[in-house]
Amino acid sequence: MNAALFMEWATLIALVMLALALALSVVRIVLGPSLPDRVLALDLLTVVAMGFIGTIAIRTGFWLYVDIAIALALLGFLATVALARYIMLRRDTARDGEGP
Amino acid sequence: MFNEVVVYGSGVLLLIGALFTLLAAVGVLRFPDLYTRMHAASKAGAVGGGLILLVVALMSQDASIAIRAIIGIVFLLLTTPVSAHLLAKASLGAGYKPWGETVADETVTIASNRPVAE
Repeated sequence: MNAALFMEWATLIALVMLALALALSVVRIVLGPSLPDRVLALDLLTVVAMGFIGTIAIRTGFWLYVDIAIALALLGFLATVALARYIMLRRDTARDGEGP
Repeated sequence: MFNEVVVYGSGVLLLIGALFTLLAAVGVLRFPDLYTRMHAASKAGAVGGGLILLVVALMSQDASIAIRAIIGIVFLLLTTPVSAHLLAKASLGAGYKPWGETVADETVTIASNRPVAE
């Protein structure tokens, strides 16, 4: 097996694993009993999507995808910070799920 | 020859990174409460994403792309603990209790030992 063929199979298997990880994160977002669970799963979802985009960059050779991955990481961090502030500020209002 | 070694090593690292990310998602799905799920999401997720970006840096054979990917790794390793800590602090402050079988809740002892005077 030469190197190019090995890399093609490795990226294919990695894409399958990352797609499975995306699906499991979406299941947790749908199930997630409380709001912080959903925020955490969304944070993981952005990291998994970043890995997916990086793997596509390796597979296709379009290296500009790396910039999209970095921008997505920045966006995910800012979204998590904003949602954490939102959770902190809505402590006195009614909650869903298993909150007290 | 050296190029072949880099490609095979990158493929193995890519598979390891994707496996870490998949295990992070399995952990987020399977663990019992928010504070245990956070371990899987922040540690295994950051390692998986960082390994995939490292493979991008190795495979690109281009200094500008590699530096961008390494900046992405550093950014990921800096921001993931911060966001996980902020989310845990916010949800503890909002009153989301840990799972019933958690044996050590150090926030209670820290809060009781804290001096009242502000």
